[in-house]
Amino acid sequence: MPPQQSLEMILLRQLASYLATPIWIMDDSGDLLYYNEPAEKLLGVQFDNAGPIQANELASMFEVTHLDGEPLSDFELPVVVALTKRLPAHLAVRFHGLDGIWREVEVTATPVIGQGDRFLGAFATFWEREG
Amino acid sequence: MRVNLWGTRGSIASAGPDTVKYGGDTACVEIRDADERLLILDGGSGIRALGSACGEFERADVLLTHLHMDHVQGLPFFGPLLDPEAEIHLWGPVSTTKTLRERLARYLSPPLFPIRVRDLKNVYFHDVIPGEFSLGSINVTADLICHPGSTLGYRLEEKGSVLAYMPDHEPSLGNSMFPSDPDWTSGYEIAEGAAVLIHDSQYTDEEYEARVGWGHTSFSQLVEFTRMTKAERLVTFHHDPSHTDDMLDELHADMATHGFELVPGTAGLSIEV
Repeated sequence: MPPQQSLEMILLRQLASYLATPIWIMDDSGDLLYYNEPAEKLLGVQFDNAGPIQANELASMFEVTHLDGEPLSDFELPVVVALTKRLPAHLAVRFHGLDGIWREVEVTATPVIGQGDRFLGAFATFWEREG
Repeated sequence: MRVNLWGTRGSIASAGPDTVKYGGDTACVEIRDADERLLILDGGSGIRALGSACGEFERADVLLTHLHMDHVQGLPFFGPLLDPEAEIHLWGPVSTTKTLRERLARYLSPPLFPIRVRDLKNVYFHDVIPGEFSLGSINVTADLICHPGSTLGYRLEEKGSVLAYMPDHEPSLGNSMFPSDPDWTSGYEIAEGAAVLIHDSQYTDEEYEARVGWGHTSFSQLVEFTRMTKAERLVTFHHDPSHTDDMLDELHADMATHGFELVPGTAGLSIEV
């Protein structure tokens, strides 16, 4: 059985499950622990079908570029900034999930720092750009 | 470990003819390790009587789960706290803004109380970050659990025997799939496989419906949580102040057998772990 998540992550997942904003939650090693139903629409797959996804599998599942289609390095990704530099980050990107549909989204990622300055991971919120 | 319950009531002390059996004092549990070293879980009103009965000691460690009044209100009435020969160590959850000492000083200072923290020269404060530490022969694991404000559950292990203590806890709140998904259930690892689990049992199922998010457990949720964690003995705790002895007797009778031993948490109860 996997280890129990910290209370901060348990409550974060619970909050995310009630919000209409697409959110995904990653642990401190970059594994994707959870994304909510609104995020399922963007990512093209239900979380129950995808399950927790290890960090090294994520890159092959979701292709991400700048809005103009130019390649994006991993270190520009807001979630990578939040995880490696422990800083909030924001970027507009173009990406497709498992349904193969390209979408333009604004992504904001925030590190999760728990009580006692424990670094627990990060969460990212998405807004689909119109037009 | 020997465990003695000095206060089992939740929220507010409730002494009276209807609470004689289960007790009216708020949370306080005495622990004696193999060397008779004194550990105390929470400083509710039950700690006053413990202070009169515990005898002399060189050092005592008081592990506070959180700083709600029913868990700290007895501290200044714990006699040894005013004995300069007795070394008292207070442990409590870390905060992002103030130290444990500063937070307790809000209560232990005028006008709420005539004695100030700074006058307690024999008291040492420890801000507990979730993790492990040792007190004598007991290994303590502390982890945040679901209750309003920063609240710790404690897992005490000595020679392979485990006591888990979560007097204020709402395990179902953060997990819509409860009682499935133990890895997403608050308090699971604190209680997993414990020989004795002392746990919040504040509400009936009907009461809980109107108090979701208040940080406490219903009886049926407690049964599910205990089964999930495979704890061997459940000691009910933090009884609602409105629950009389007769009512608690009925609630415990309704719990019947669920694959673990049910021990009604009554004041004065002594347990070997």
